[in-house]
Amino acid sequence: MSPHEDKPRPDGTEKPDEKREKNAQEKKLRDLSRRSFIKGAGIASVAASAGALLADRVLEAAPRPQSGGMAGGVVGPGEVPITLKINGQIRKLNLEPRVMLLDALRNHLDLTGAKKVCDRATCGACTVHLDGRAVYSCTTLAIDAQGHDITTIEGLEPKEGLHPMSQAFWNNDAQQCGFCTPGFVMACTAYVEHEPNPTYEGLQKSLGGNLCRCGTYMGIREAVLEAAKTMKTKGGRA
Amino acid sequence: MADYHWPPANRRALIGKREKRIDGPVKSSGRAKYSYDINRPGMLWGKMATSPYAHAKVTRIDTSAAEAMPGVKGVVTIVPEGQEVLWAGQEIVAIAADSEERAEAAADAIKIDYEPLPYLVTDADPEHAGAEHSKQLEARVTGNPDQGFQQAEVISEGHYGLPVITHCCLETHGQVTEWNGDDLTVWSTTQNVSGMAGEYVDGLKQQGITVAANNVHVISHYMGGGFGSKFAADTWGIACAQLSKKTGRPVKMMLERDHELMVAGARPSMHAHVKVGAKRDGTLVAWDSESWGTGGPSDAGAPRLPYIFEVPNVRARHTAILTNIGPARAWRAPNHPQMALISNAAMEDLAAKLNMDPVDFMLKNMNLVTAPDRAKTYQEEFAKASELMDWKSKWHPRGKSGAGPLKRGLGVSLHTWGGRGNLSNCLVTIHPDGSVETSLGSQDLGTGTRTVIAIVTAETLGLPLEAVKVNIGENKYPPAGASGGSTTVSGVSTSTRRAATEALNSLLAKVAPSLGATPDQLEAWGGKIQVKGNAAKSISWKQACAKMGASSISGTGKTSNDLMSSGVGGVQMSEVEVDTETGIVKIIKHVSVQDCGLVIDVRTAESQVYGAAIMGITYALFEEKIMDQVTGRCLNPNMEFYKLASIADIGEIVVHMMTGPGYDERGTIGLGEPPVISPGAAISNAVANAIGVRVPELPLTPDRVLAALGTLEKGGVA
Repeated sequence: MSPHEDKPRPDGTEKPDEKREKNAQEKKLRDLSRRSFIKGAGIASVAASAGALLADRVLEAAPRPQSGGMAGGVVGPGEVPITLKINGQIRKLNLEPRVMLLDALRNHLDLTGAKKVCDRATCGACTVHLDGRAVYSCTTLAIDAQGHDITTIEGLEPKEGLHPMSQAFWNNDAQQCGFCTPGFVMACTAYVEHEPNPTYEGLQKSLGGNLCRCGTYMGIREAVLEAAKTMKTKGGRA
Repeated sequence: MADYHWPPANRRALIGKREKRIDGPVKSSGRAKYSYDINRPGMLWGKMATSPYAHAKVTRIDTSAAEAMPGVKGVVTIVPEGQEVLWAGQEIVAIAADSEERAEAAADAIKIDYEPLPYLVTDADPEHAGAEHSKQLEARVTGNPDQGFQQAEVISEGHYGLPVITHCCLETHGQVTEWNGDDLTVWSTTQNVSGMAGEYVDGLKQQGITVAANNVHVISHYMGGGFGSKFAADTWGIACAQLSKKTGRPVKMMLERDHELMVAGARPSMHAHVKVGAKRDGTLVAWDSESWGTGGPSDAGAPRLPYIFEVPNVRARHTAILTNIGPARAWRAPNHPQMALISNAAMEDLAAKLNMDPVDFMLKNMNLVTAPDRAKTYQEEFAKASELMDWKSKWHPRGKSGAGPLKRGLGVSLHTWGGRGNLSNCLVTIHPDGSVETSLGSQDLGTGTRTVIAIVTAETLGLPLEAVKVNIGENKYPPAGASGGSTTVSGVSTSTRRAATEALNSLLAKVAPSLGATPDQLEAWGGKIQVKGNAAKSISWKQACAKMGASSISGTGKTSNDLMSSGVGGVQMSEVEVDTETGIVKIIKHVSVQDCGLVIDVRTAESQVYGAAIMGITYALFEEKIMDQVTGRCLNPNMEFYKLASIADIGEIVVHMMTGPGYDERGTIGLGEPPVISPGAAISNAVANAIGVRVPELPLTPDRVLAALGTLEKGGVA
């Protein structure tokens, strides 16, 4: 879900036979297209068919009921009210629970800075910040993003001028076609906010979750180092 | 009158300097709107049902269940019942619904029956491909190859090759279409803004829809990568326009990533058995190659082997293997990376057998470079690259890389490309308030086209860069050529130079009386119109424009042959470190030395060359469209397993543009293709130099490296 996130997973405590059972269930799930499964089935049927483990995860991820249609923590497959806090603003939407955060932003709110490229958490073009952490919005359900502070590149940028990271991308020609650029700017900004003194070696390890096809990495390396300095003096967020 | 020829170096304020790209801020802030980002009122989403078979007849299509699904508004059949599909992923039905998720689900619900037919999706066994899958494209003989090999004192034989790779544009192919009466607007992600209307006119005509070219409005302000794959309207463009027509609503239909990798762009493979011979002193005397490769259902042209060096005695045969892998598309420098790998790897193997430094070997054969002055360019580029790589002190004979599992090695390659400008038209308008607009129906693929146009306009009018507004990316502007084959920079910069000069001359004529001079005594420089050689007699640009009265002045220009030329060289050197225990190849340093005549903007030119080196490292180490003969499908149509280099994979890259006397006088020449040609060969050669054995096929993955090391242990080719 995130290039910089290292969440402990709730495994490791089961007995061996439970683990076998779980593995078999997970294999069955893998055999389906995970994405079309989640997208097509709605949360309720996921819970019904995927066994206890996945159901727990899904229910844990599902929103706390705020209005009708969510009795028992099961929602969908029809539209449900969803409230997102994006760039400091509360945005209320009616979305099917299968809608990804990226699609909610792009298709329903016309926030098109985050791009859809790989659509399965590999390339980082869809990167936004969730509570200040870089996440792949293409594989984050919009319904899961409720209750979090979502920042998109539209919210990162000041009304006038450029965020220091975007400015550094421009200064160092760290973009060609520019399609990966907003995702990179978001990932780089989150990185520098967590690591105010980045090194050449460190940034290469930490920014491997974003991909560029035109080949702008030379400029991006320089941009991150430059922006780290300007962000220190000017402050990070606009 | 102002002269339109390129100004000499001491009279250039912007050309040849390092300007920042003018669309940098709008892109790095996420404000740039790509076709994928266009959201229109009432817009529907289009998705397609595609063939799971590499070759099959469509026997039955049932869209009833899909059409009954919530939100579905329209269906268009692309391949009707009874017709054949020729590759997996080929589009059969397009469907539009009121949300992306609903359209996707509806496309999945379309039922299509097939009669599977025999197919071939591999070029691994050309001898058994069968007559219907083989097409001999070339059997060329020059001189007397048999006699040539008799004269040879050292002969090297080897196998070399590289697989089909994809374009993997980050913005997938696709478009938004919208009808308004007889008018069709297409937001298309394209390299071909001015030519796209014709694509829609022809494509829709075949579907029984008549639309006039002047009613097709094409918009592509920003596009997310093309690399040679985005010239046509494509099946999905026509189907999208049909869906719009049928539903009366705008439709957005962009390819899914898997679909993109399966069908929307592939570079043909090439493999060869090569025998090449030289005299003991390194003089090349004979070449023999049997090559083959696949570009899908049709052939992709024959390579010209050997590459660069016109060896006196040559036998070269090439066979296209026709397969069901999906169609090939032009991939940055069509056929050249393949030719460079096969030829320059064979030459390096021969040099190793001769115990010669490959740079000395290539320099020794410079007389076989027949293009005028090219040998001189190469000599200068070899010298510069050697200096930047520190070649002489780092290079060691093949395999002599010391003890221990980590082996370092150096490799070299050279290349060539044409890059003459396409036919472009430009309109420069100077307004009475002093503002300036330059308009062309061109496009910026991320190469810096917008910036180049602004630089040439501003330079010609003696203005700062910010004074110029550039209008491109719409076909309402004067027609400009498609961006392919490194033809854009000369097309736009020479036509802009001519148009801006013409506009300036009209302005000078209006201003001359007030300065007590004739127009030919005036020049535009430093934001002023002044008498040449007498800066005291001047008026500011704004004052000058105020003399125009109420109407604007404009000038037009076309691509101008006397401002451009074609034919470049280019030398690249690579330093790698190979872990002989894991087979992992790491790029330590890559040096690209490139000429392209007069460089308009050094910064964006360098970015092109950096980017080409990275694309080159990517295809040298990672990229392969893996096809499975058992199922007929692509096994890695996603970005986890179709791998692109990340920021940590590229090592140190050094770029040097050859400029100044000897280069600038040539005028502009295209740059996009040439620097992407050599990385595969240079890196493959560096690996051979490091580990003492050739890894025959790209990409240089750990399994291939270890397999090659295995042959060495068995006493294989050194």
